[in-house]
Amino acid sequence: MSADTLRIALVGNPNCGKTALFNQLTGGRQKVANYAGVTVERKEGRFTAPSGRVLQILDLPGTYSFDAASPDEQITRDVLEGNYPGEAAPDLIVCVADATNLRLHLRFVLEVKRLGRPVVLALNMMDTARRRGIEIDVPELQRRLGLPVVETIAVKRGGARALIERVDGEVPEAAPAQPDDPISRADLHAQVRELLAATVRMPRATDALDDALDRWALHPVFGLMILAVVMFLVFQAVYSFGKPMSDLIGDGFDWLGAQLGVWLPEGPLRGLLKDGICTGLGTVLGFLPEILVLFFFILTLEESGYLPRAAFLLDRLMLGVGLTGRSFIPLLSSFACAIPGIMGTRSIQDPRDRLTTILVAPLMTCSARLPVYALLIGAFIPMHRVLGIFNLQGLVLFALYVAGIGGAMLVGWVIKHLHRDRSEHALLMELPAYRMPQPRDVAIGLYERSAIFLKRLTGVILALTILMWFISTFPSPPAGATGPAIDYSIAGYLGRGLQYIFAPLGFNWQISLSLIPAFAARETAVAALATVYAVAGGDAQGSGLAHALTTNFSLASALSLLVWFAFAPQCMSTLAVIRRETNSWRNVAISFSYMFAVAYAASLITYQVTRLFL
Amino acid sequence: MRLSDLPKGASAVVERVEDSHPDDLIAQRLRDLGFVEGEQVRLVARGPIGADPLLVQIGSTRFALRRAEAARVSVRAQEVA
Repeated sequence: MSADTLRIALVGNPNCGKTALFNQLTGGRQKVANYAGVTVERKEGRFTAPSGRVLQILDLPGTYSFDAASPDEQITRDVLEGNYPGEAAPDLIVCVADATNLRLHLRFVLEVKRLGRPVVLALNMMDTARRRGIEIDVPELQRRLGLPVVETIAVKRGGARALIERVDGEVPEAAPAQPDDPISRADLHAQVRELLAATVRMPRATDALDDALDRWALHPVFGLMILAVVMFLVFQAVYSFGKPMSDLIGDGFDWLGAQLGVWLPEGPLRGLLKDGICTGLGTVLGFLPEILVLFFFILTLEESGYLPRAAFLLDRLMLGVGLTGRSFIPLLSSFACAIPGIMGTRSIQDPRDRLTTILVAPLMTCSARLPVYALLIGAFIPMHRVLGIFNLQGLVLFALYVAGIGGAMLVGWVIKHLHRDRSEHALLMELPAYRMPQPRDVAIGLYERSAIFLKRLTGVILALTILMWFISTFPSPPAGATGPAIDYSIAGYLGRGLQYIFAPLGFNWQISLSLIPAFAARETAVAALATVYAVAGGDAQGSGLAHALTTNFSLASALSLLVWFAFAPQCMSTLAVIRRETNSWRNVAISFSYMFAVAYAASLITYQVTRLFL
Repeated sequence: MRLSDLPKGASAVVERVEDSHPDDLIAQRLRDLGFVEGEQVRLVARGPIGADPLLVQIGSTRFALRRAEAARVSVRAQEVA
C-alpha cells in the first residue's frame, strides 16, 4: 500500500443509506465482486480527496450486529478486524447511522467502537431528521461516544462534504478494544438509552406520512389491491416502453444485415455476418430495453421502500409453499432474468429458504422466453376475441405465466415436504421508511445489471450464434444433392439424433436442434431457428420465420414447445449462477434434472392430449 | 401477555424475550434488534392472510415478525397515552 492511499470501510445497519453514500463518494468508479467462496458481495470504489490522497472505499454488507447470524455479518466482522484472508485491515472505519433511527443504529455503532479501531460516525439522512423536527446534539454525542461525528445527506449533491473533509484529515485515535460477551452485549442497549436521553430529542417516533402510507399499503384489502395494480403497471410498462425500443433494435440489425448482403461478395463470410451474427445477435440484443425497463421499476420500488411492504403482504402465502415473503423480490426479478433473481436471493438470510427460492426462480417466465413465446403464439394462435374483451393470444401468454408461477408453488410445496429440516425459520424483516428513489442510485443499479446482460451476450451468446451458423452450414452438400443444404450439415445430423428423444413431444429435428443453443440462452432458440431456416430457405426473417414454422409443424407441436419452454431446464448461465451462489454442483444437478423431468412430462401430456382433439 | 396477542394499534412494554428452545437464535436476534426490557412496542398492522405476519414498531423501527416469532416476546399492556 502506498503512503497516500487510505483504506476506508463503510459499515452500518441495513437501510442506513450506506450504499447511496458509497455511490455519492465513488460515482461510477466501482468494482463489484464476491468474497472468495461465499456469496457475499464485495463492493469497492475509490476517489481522490481534495488533498490529493486516494481513498479506497469498501462497502461492507448491511449488518444489525456482530452476532454472526449470517455469512454477511461474519465477513463484515472479519474484514473490520483484519482477520479476513487476503483483505488488509481498513485504516479507518466509517460507521453510517440513520439519524432518524438512532435507537436501533447506535447500538451497532457501539459494537463497532468496541473493536478498538479508528472509527468515524456519519449521521446520515440529516435532512429527513431536520424535517421531522428531530434535534441531535452532535457535539455532545461526539463527546459521549468518543468518536468524530459528521453529518451527511447521501442523497444530496455535496451532502458528503463534511465526511470527505473528516476522512481526508488525520485518522482519529481508536478507542480501546473491549471484550465481547453476553453481559456487556446486553449492556449496549442501556448505553444507547443513556446516549439518546442526553443527545436526541424526537417529537415523534416515526414519520406521520409513512404511517399514513402504511395504513393503505399494508391494509388487508387495499394493500393487496395496490400491490396488484403496481405489478400490473410494471408489466404494462415493459410492453409499452420496452417493446417499441426492442423492435427498433431488431429492425436496425435487419437493415445492417441487408446492407452487408449488398456490400459483401457471396460466400461463407457474408453468410456468417448476415445470417449468423446480424440475425442471431439482433434478436437477442433486442431484449435489452425490456430488461432495462423491468429493472428500472424493480430498482425504483426497491429504493422507495415498497418492496419489503409487498414481502409483508405476501409472506403468509409464500410460507405456505415453502418460501418466505423475502422470496418475493428475487422471484419478481426473475421475470426479467433468473440470474439477477438468483443473485438477489442473497437478501434471504436463511439457507433453506434461500435454496428453495433459487430452485424455483427459473420457473418464473423470464424475458428471454418472450421471443420464443411471441414467435410461436404469433404464428399459431389465432387473434380470436374471447368473451368479447380478451384476446386469445394474450390469454395464452397469460396462461404460460400462470403455469410458471403455479409450477413454482407446486415445486416449493414439494421441496418443503421432502425436506428433513422442519425447524422454524425467521422472517424478522425491517420495513424501512419510504424514500424518494434517487436517479443516481437507480442509474448505477441499471448500469450494473445491463453490464451483466451485455457481458453474457457478447460472450456466450455470440459464440453460440457463430457455432450454430457453422454447424448448420458445414459440411456443404455433395455435388448433385437435391435436398436443402442444411440436411447435409452437422446440425442436420445432430437434430435428427435428438429427435429420437423429443419426437414423443412432437418436436421436429429443427426444433430439437434449436434446443441445444436454447440451453445456452433461451432467447437464442429463435435466433437458431431463424438461422436454420434462413440457411435452409432464403428469407426467413420476421414474419417469414413465423410462416416457415406454420408450414413445418402442427399446432399440437407448437403448444408442446410453448409448454416445454415454460418449464425447461434454465439456461447455462443460470446454472452457472446457481453453482456460484450455492457453491454446490449437487444443487445444479437437482435443478437441471427436476426441470427437465417436469418439462418433458408436461410437454408430453400437452402434445399427446392436444393431438387427440385438434 | 405475549406480543402476538396484542390487539391492532395497541402499545405495550417489553418484559423479556423467552427462548423457545435452548440456543434459540431467533430469540437472540430479537434481543439484538432491541426487544429488551422496558422498550415500548406497538402493533401497527397485521398481514392480510391469517393475520400473519405482524408489523411491530419498536423505537422508530418497524419489524415484520411472524406470529411464532412475536410469541417469544412477553409484554405488559399499556394504555395509549
